Amino acid sequence: MLRLKNIHTHYGKVHALKNVSLRLLEGEIVTLIGANGAGKTTILNTISGVTPASSGEVLFENKQITELAPDRIVKLGISQVPEGRQVFKQLSVEDNLDLGAYLRYRSREDKASINEDREHIFTLFPQLLNRRKQLAGTMSGGEQQMLAIGRALMAKPKLLLLDEPSMGLAPLVFQEIFRVLHQLRHEHGTTILLVEQNAKAALKLADRGYVLETGKIILEGSSVELMDNTDVKRAYLGKEKG
Amino acid sequence: MQFDQLLQYVLSGLSTGAIYALIGIGFSIIYNATGIINFAQGEFVMLGGMLTLLFLDSCKLPLWAAIPCAIAVSTASGMLFERLAIRPLRQPTPINLVIITIGGSILIRGLSMLLWGKDTHAIPPFSGEEPIAVGGATILPQHIWILGITLLIIAANKFYFYHTISGKAMRACAYNRRAAGLVGIDVRRMVLFSFIISSAMGSVAGIIVAPLTMTAYDVGVMLGLKGFCAAIIGGMSSGGATVVGGLILGILESLGAGLISSGYKDAIAFIILLLILFIRPQGLFGKAQSERV
Repeated sequence: MLRLKNIHTHYGKVHALKNVSLRLLEGEIVTLIGANGAGKTTILNTISGVTPASSGEVLFENKQITELAPDRIVKLGISQVPEGRQVFKQLSVEDNLDLGAYLRYRSREDKASINEDREHIFTLFPQLLNRRKQLAGTMSGGEQQMLAIGRALMAKPKLLLLDEPSMGLAPLVFQEIFRVLHQLRHEHGTTILLVEQNAKAALKLADRGYVLETGKIILEGSSVELMDNTDVKRAYLGKEKG
Repeated sequence: MQFDQLLQYVLSGLSTGAIYALIGIGFSIIYNATGIINFAQGEFVMLGGMLTLLFLDSCKLPLWAAIPCAIAVSTASGMLFERLAIRPLRQPTPINLVIITIGGSILIRGLSMLLWGKDTHAIPPFSGEEPIAVGGATILPQHIWILGITLLIIAANKFYFYHTISGKAMRACAYNRRAAGLVGIDVRRMVLFSFIISSAMGSVAGIIVAPLTMTAYDVGVMLGLKGFCAAIIGGMSSGGATVVGGLILGILESLGAGLISSGYKDAIAFIILLLILFIRPQGLFGKAQSERV
């Protein structure tokens, strides 16, 4: 479904991604693990067109998307839940969700089906329901994360990119979010690329994983293989509470 | 000081204030969508008045037809300005943008001077010049037009920004540009939109004020700065705060001119501008934002 071929990405003078290649099959959950600054977020932003690759190719459903602008990429069916939520804090929960469906409104899709999807988000995250008129910035971090995921889902993506959904969240909220990711795959077959600090939880959820170190992929394999790998165990699974 | 006279100053202040508010909202809309202070905003105000005149005199159109034509052409020039001067910038640093908009403003003013000369012109009032008594004061029918049209535009503006998906998308760009791109909003298109809306609003302001104050190739400078002042008082809000800012400015100006000396009329706007920038740069009504991260 998605292929990255020999991607190099530069952030100003920083060579953030060095020859990264990876692939996702339809319906898979794949996770990227690695330390801070390893380039995980850059991979997602390169796919989303926020920090375009300086060389290499990004292919989505066999189409070149390497140089497309972020909004075009969303239109093709890739939505990103960015690091740190990035909800529109001064807008209400409902408005945030509506903006998630911006392209569907633009293509004059039936309002009833958009409304239906919005209600579906409220069944996925019942906590948001009571807060639908509330400004997003006044909610807790966990609720904002739920909203950010809901907003991305409103675009009906084929591929969901998630950047550190558990960052700064209490364990209970964290479990709630992972429960929903699990449910998404089962009920909708959404393909997910997950960047996560909590490598143990991520590998538990994912089918496969890639390990990044300083902009390079140093290891890849099924989740089971990675969890048994001594290097991974030592470097990423040792302090699972961290 | 007689009450009647005071009322007179306040009433005429309100109508000039409404004009400043419209121009100020134009500044805010572009600023919020792009971070640019568009110093060419005043020129679109001028174009509104001068183009109405062109369509009236040279094309012999009736007023009701000349006005929409003038708005359309000013809006198109606002669009062109964004396309030719703003979008091609490779490194849109704030200082580059400021210089570009000032340059654009000088260019538009210069071309207008070549085209129309330096004379001051009048546009006929929309509906007669029979003064209307209000309390002990009098106002002109044009004042009512100004207040009515301003109210209408502000209401339409509010509806657009709060109740349409495109307006919400434009606000989203203002709040968080990157996230806006990530939900599929074409940010550059929204920038163009903001220029379209602002130049249209600016030209309307220029048209409705022209029967009272006359118009010339260089009216945009002063009107633009007054509008900017209104926007600064309002903390660059594209809603109520800037409207109030415009009204405050209009009334103070009119009171100052009436009670002190008409020579100080323009100085008042700049004193307020400086005071606000020194003391409350977040605007008169701005408050420190409370957000949970």
